[in-house]
Amino acid sequence: MKRVNAVVVGAGAAGGIVAKELATAGLSVVLLERGKWYTANDCRKDDLRNQRTTVLGNAFGPEDEGNPRVWVDEKGVPHTVLPSEGAYQNNAACVGGGTLSYGAQAWRYMPQDFTMRSTYGAPQGSSLEDWPVSYDDLEPFYEKAEYEIGISGDYSGTPFHGFRRRALPMPPLPPNREFEILAPAATRLGLHPFHIPMARNSVPYNSRGPCMRCRWCVGFACEVDAKNGSQNTVIPVALNTGNCELRTQCMAKEILTDDRGRARGVSYFDLHGHLQEQLADIVIVSGCATESARLLLNSKSRLFPNGLGNRSDQVGRNLQGHHYTGAVGFFDFETYDDVGPGASIAISDYNHGTPGLCGGGMLANEFIRLPIHMVDRLPANTPRWGAGHKQAMRDYHKRTIVIMGPTQQIPTAEGRMTVDETVRDKWGLPVVRFSGNVHPHTFEIGQVQATRAEAWLKEAGAISTSLMAGKPQLVSASQHQAGTCRMGNDPKASVVNRNCQIHDVDNVFVIDSSVHVTNGGFNPVLTIMAVAYHASEALVRNWKGTGFRS
Amino acid sequence: MQSSRLGARVTRRQFVAAGAFGSAALAIGCSANKQGDWDFLSDAQTRTLKAICDQIIPADGFPSASQAGVLNYIDRQLARHYGRHRDAYRQGLEQAHRLTMTRFGKDLDSLAPLQQLQAVSEIEREDRKFFNLVLSHTMEGYYGSPRHGGNRDGVSWRMLGLADPPVLGRAQYDLTREPG
Repeated sequence: MKRVNAVVVGAGAAGGIVAKELATAGLSVVLLERGKWYTANDCRKDDLRNQRTTVLGNAFGPEDEGNPRVWVDEKGVPHTVLPSEGAYQNNAACVGGGTLSYGAQAWRYMPQDFTMRSTYGAPQGSSLEDWPVSYDDLEPFYEKAEYEIGISGDYSGTPFHGFRRRALPMPPLPPNREFEILAPAATRLGLHPFHIPMARNSVPYNSRGPCMRCRWCVGFACEVDAKNGSQNTVIPVALNTGNCELRTQCMAKEILTDDRGRARGVSYFDLHGHLQEQLADIVIVSGCATESARLLLNSKSRLFPNGLGNRSDQVGRNLQGHHYTGAVGFFDFETYDDVGPGASIAISDYNHGTPGLCGGGMLANEFIRLPIHMVDRLPANTPRWGAGHKQAMRDYHKRTIVIMGPTQQIPTAEGRMTVDETVRDKWGLPVVRFSGNVHPHTFEIGQVQATRAEAWLKEAGAISTSLMAGKPQLVSASQHQAGTCRMGNDPKASVVNRNCQIHDVDNVFVIDSSVHVTNGGFNPVLTIMAVAYHASEALVRNWKGTGFRS
Repeated sequence: MQSSRLGARVTRRQFVAAGAFGSAALAIGCSANKQGDWDFLSDAQTRTLKAICDQIIPADGFPSASQAGVLNYIDRQLARHYGRHRDAYRQGLEQAHRLTMTRFGKDLDSLAPLQQLQAVSEIEREDRKFFNLVLSHTMEGYYGSPRHGGNRDGVSWRMLGLADPPVLGRAQYDLTREPG
């Protein structure tokens, strides 16, 4: 197989951008993806089998068969879990990764999100830390992501965001009924509601049409291709350069190293299950926080007996996602107009600055209300089954608003993943093994956020409410998974440097949510993309012909 | 190693709030015991299950669980995606049958409606894990997509006043229909 300049593992949010940036700069690139490339014909709306509601499995991978993981509970008991189960912490396995089927909220983190330790101090027992890059460093790359991927929205309603040179390229979609109900209520409370930034066409953009306002959005692929992910933006651009080859249904086995300790390529199982080697000058790991860390840990050799990049036992630690809490409000009038994409209004007043709380998160109305979701979201006095339950379904399906948000998690060194030495996947590779949890202060913040959501709903006229605030027994990472290959200046306390290059080996990069030091109080995708543009720019700048000089 | 299964309807965000983790044995190497009209269930099992499902979602102005095809949904999934729940159904239905015979001296499905309600409440108390499984699957079959064998003709979606087909917005791309 022909040697190339760069092999990129994972065609998701970050991998697609890296492939495009490198291919555009003239490097030869092979982009490996373990899943398939779905088209609009595969976009069937199945409420029981999609990427968000996985009663009958994931629509965009991985399959329940042959892809187990292990979760170790608080008592130390290991459980084998399937991709359709919550504890699996699944994102997706397909071209586009999570961006094919996500809700597409495209937030910039706030400046304080990059300086959490110096802003708040690290709670005892936590591994809270500052990023080695600042909001200002990433600002130009946020802008590049907003314009190349295509983001709609309007930040003008809120002062709670970082400096930005340009407005978003597209206006927000017109408000739905929940927006109309919630906006004046928030204003009466002295809050600053505004239109959620979304990777979704509100007007024709990038040669594709606008959103058709269906509410079967998060968890589904878009049948009119108005939702913007890497699969319909940067990856086609990468392929059009002629410098990038995308190989789907290829599962990376390990990063190959030579006897001087430099990477020489990647071995992978192709779609027929045959082991192949792709040699390359540089290797870029973009498999999302869990799978990227797994690939590093499974790349063991004489020089790297504990896995690549893991000399200081940092790979897999500081796992985080978001702690979602909020409230359900029940109304005596119809609040539901079925106009998509659903989530429309947010506040970021509560992300920072509450005395006694180490951060916070944004709050927004919820995306999706399939009938199956309402079954256990009814008022607290509703019977679990029988005639009363059926009546409550009729009473409340259209008279309910849910407000929730991603509380920023406080990471710990013990809230982590490793690889399981006994459980193997269908390729015979050791699987992801989760253990530990985030810092308990996270749950205190989440509780406060839930009462704030409740207050907003009551101001909007809810006749009753119920809180959604639990204390999960494991890190809730899933589609927002991050942190496992922390970015930092100190090789003993991090895995990659500020340019996403691993400390141990100068021609291996981890470019995806793995490098997030902290994960903001927002959906992470735009930050994943901004970091990918930032790291790609440094990589291309340091590229010297067929070799790489850092 | 123990295998674990969260409540069946768990989405990412619901999972966050979920506290309890049930566990169920994975069914290993067991094939569908096709007999009668069903892919997996026997006719006797189906009669017991029907009585339970129809208490969970009884008929009112709109169809009951079984009238909307919930048994069809459960049977089909037990033969396919829910293979791991086969043992739970075999044992749970057997125990439900025994319990009803002991307390009421009759099959569940031959009891009068009020007694059926009493009996199903007892099953919920005595074998909560199995009951919760049936409860989840009944809701999925009734409120989920008709493509999986339940929710006949989208009847539950019509009951909730939702668009049919449920994906609003398609109308503007369907030139045979007026924009709605």
